Amino acid sequence: MKKFTWVQPDNIDEAQRQINAVTATIATGKTIQGAAVIKAGGVDLLDLMKENIIAPAKIVSINALPGLGKIGFDEKSGLRIGALVKLSDLEENAEIKKHYAALHESVSHAATPQIRNMATLGGNLAQRPRCWYFRSEDHKCLKKGGTKCFAQEGQNQIHGIFNTEICPCVHSSSVSTALVAFGAQVEITGAKGKLRNVPLAEFFVSPQVDVTRENILERGEIITALTVPAPPKGQKSWYIKQAAKESYDWALADAAVVAQMSGDTIKDVKIVLGAAAPTPYRATAAEQLLRGQKVSEKLAVQVGTAAVEGATPLAHNAYKVPMFKAIVKECVLNLV
Amino acid sequence: MKKEENKPAGKKGFSRRNFLRGTGLTAAGMVVGTKGFAGEFAPAAAPVYGPDEVPVTLSVNDGSYQTLARPDEVLVDTLRERLDLTGTKLVCGRGACSACTVMVDDKPVCSCLTLTMEVQDKKITTIEGVADGDELHPIQQAFIDEDASMCGFCTPGMIMSCKSLLDRNSNPSLDEVKKAVRGNLCRCGTYPHVFKATLKAAERMG
Ligand SMILES: Cc1cc2nc3c(=O)[nH]c(=O)nc-3n(C[C@H](O)[C@H](O)[C@H](O)COP(=O)(O)OP(=O)(O)OC[C@H]3O[C@@H](n4cnc5c(N)ncnc54)[C@H](O)[C@@H]3O)c2cc1C
Ligand code: FES
Ligand code: FES
Repeated sequence: MKKFTWVQPDNIDEAQRQINAVTATIATGKTIQGAAVIKAGGVDLLDLMKENIIAPAKIVSINALPGLGKIGFDEKSGLRIGALVKLSDLEENAEIKKHYAALHESVSHAATPQIRNMATLGGNLAQRPRCWYFRSEDHKCLKKGGTKCFAQEGQNQIHGIFNTEICPCVHSSSVSTALVAFGAQVEITGAKGKLRNVPLAEFFVSPQVDVTRENILERGEIITALTVPAPPKGQKSWYIKQAAKESYDWALADAAVVAQMSGDTIKDVKIVLGAAAPTPYRATAAEQLLRGQKVSEKLAVQVGTAAVEGATPLAHNAYKVPMFKAIVKECVLNLV
Repeated sequence: MKKEENKPAGKKGFSRRNFLRGTGLTAAGMVVGTKGFAGEFAPAAAPVYGPDEVPVTLSVNDGSYQTLARPDEVLVDTLRERLDLTGTKLVCGRGACSACTVMVDDKPVCSCLTLTMEVQDKKITTIEGVADGDELHPIQQAFIDEDASMCGFCTPGMIMSCKSLLDRNSNPSLDEVKKAVRGNLCRCGTYPHVFKATLKAAERMG
């Protein structure tokens, strides 16, 4: 890691005065004088710095900002999670386990116990992809302002099977797979305390919009919270992550299904696939098959197949297609 | 390095307050003399540290240490290089093996991704703080009895994970032990022995 200066403001205005860059911008090689970036848990940020992908001049720790470390739940207004809440706090929260089972599952299968004690939710949403070419100092890929995507013709085992034309990197937040399925919203605080609330699904940016970043965050904007709507009556959910090893690993494929049930009939449903595309992927054709139906083994298989409709796997990741079929089917069967 | 045994384990090690106290006069003088600030609340700018070494105070294993650290310094390096606490091991440096596990406020974390600057007001426990003087903690004794260590490189981190589990859960199931050491990689494959040792330690601690 290159040397840097460090500051830990205790109010958000001061933090915003100190911050002058987002990590995605400096990773493209663009020079920003005295680049100062946000640090929360530091799990992703320090990793990028150790790999020499970014070298900010100043780190602005947001860990002393007040009020961002709380989880609040109310049956009427739903769930509010401060941006500095740790993944381990989410994992241990009894209300999340009870009302948002898929979220509990996704968090408790993310990373290692140690990392969950460090990683904040805000940082998790804003983390950068795990593509080995992106993470390699020697590969000046599209994401880093280069002219070539090395994954297209190279080792693309861990990459996406949808929207692969420009850069097939998948978004690495497996927690968002569940959060998008619950219709979560991100609260972003800009300069002068200006708030904007954005559906999490629209927080993520596809390579068509801008290949050098994965989210809409602008310079100086801080994620302050994430909100999840109150669980409607009859809400059931499940999440499954498949990785290369059972102990802990990045998802090769993960899926979340959130349904509104009446008895064992599905009134409405959202199905989201992670590690499938550059952004969390809504399997809308599969959702359509389930609406108004009773869950059965046969239907669950059809839903799994519909979930991967239109997939365009790369040379080394066709294995993901049957993997997604299987986990979507299992998630659906788990609803009843 | 200076160790102050008798000082109460530094709660407010982070010296923002001291810093402000030290520069308070100058800051006040500036406000009085600046017309634009009249009647407005002008919060003091947070102090910026580094990029070179700055004094830090760390509370490690119930002792308070004053030393130097650069803002880019991670805790494992400060522990090993400056405080001579070499029990904690550095392997991947990327959060992926847990060899560097220490407890911060009683929770296991990776010291390879923890900035030293940010744990000054926290309680840090390393492998050196697990035994009670010469008396090994039951988990350490059980690791010996069950041959749970081969080359030993993963062992300090492994013990921190198992101890943290036992602190929270005095009667864990095999599955709970497996979950607790999920992040700890052992290239020598001691896992079955680690599981046995942890269950045995739980039994002994009763
Ligand atoms: C071994 C390992 C396994 C992992 N496995 C998984 C997994 O299975 N699933 C998964 O989802 N993740 C996984 N992760 C990733 C990990 O969860 C993220 O790196 C972590 O959540 C990042 O959070 P942080 O608080 O440490 O963020 P930081 O590293 O501090 O920040 C990350 C980025 O977000 C920005 N940022 C941080 N907070 C804010 C904010 N409030 N507002 C705006 N910008 C902000 C920073 O500027 C930086 O660019 C794994 C990591 C490791 C090391
Ligand atoms: S050395 Fe810290 S996790 Fe590997
Ligand atoms: S004992 Fe050798 S790495 Fe675990």
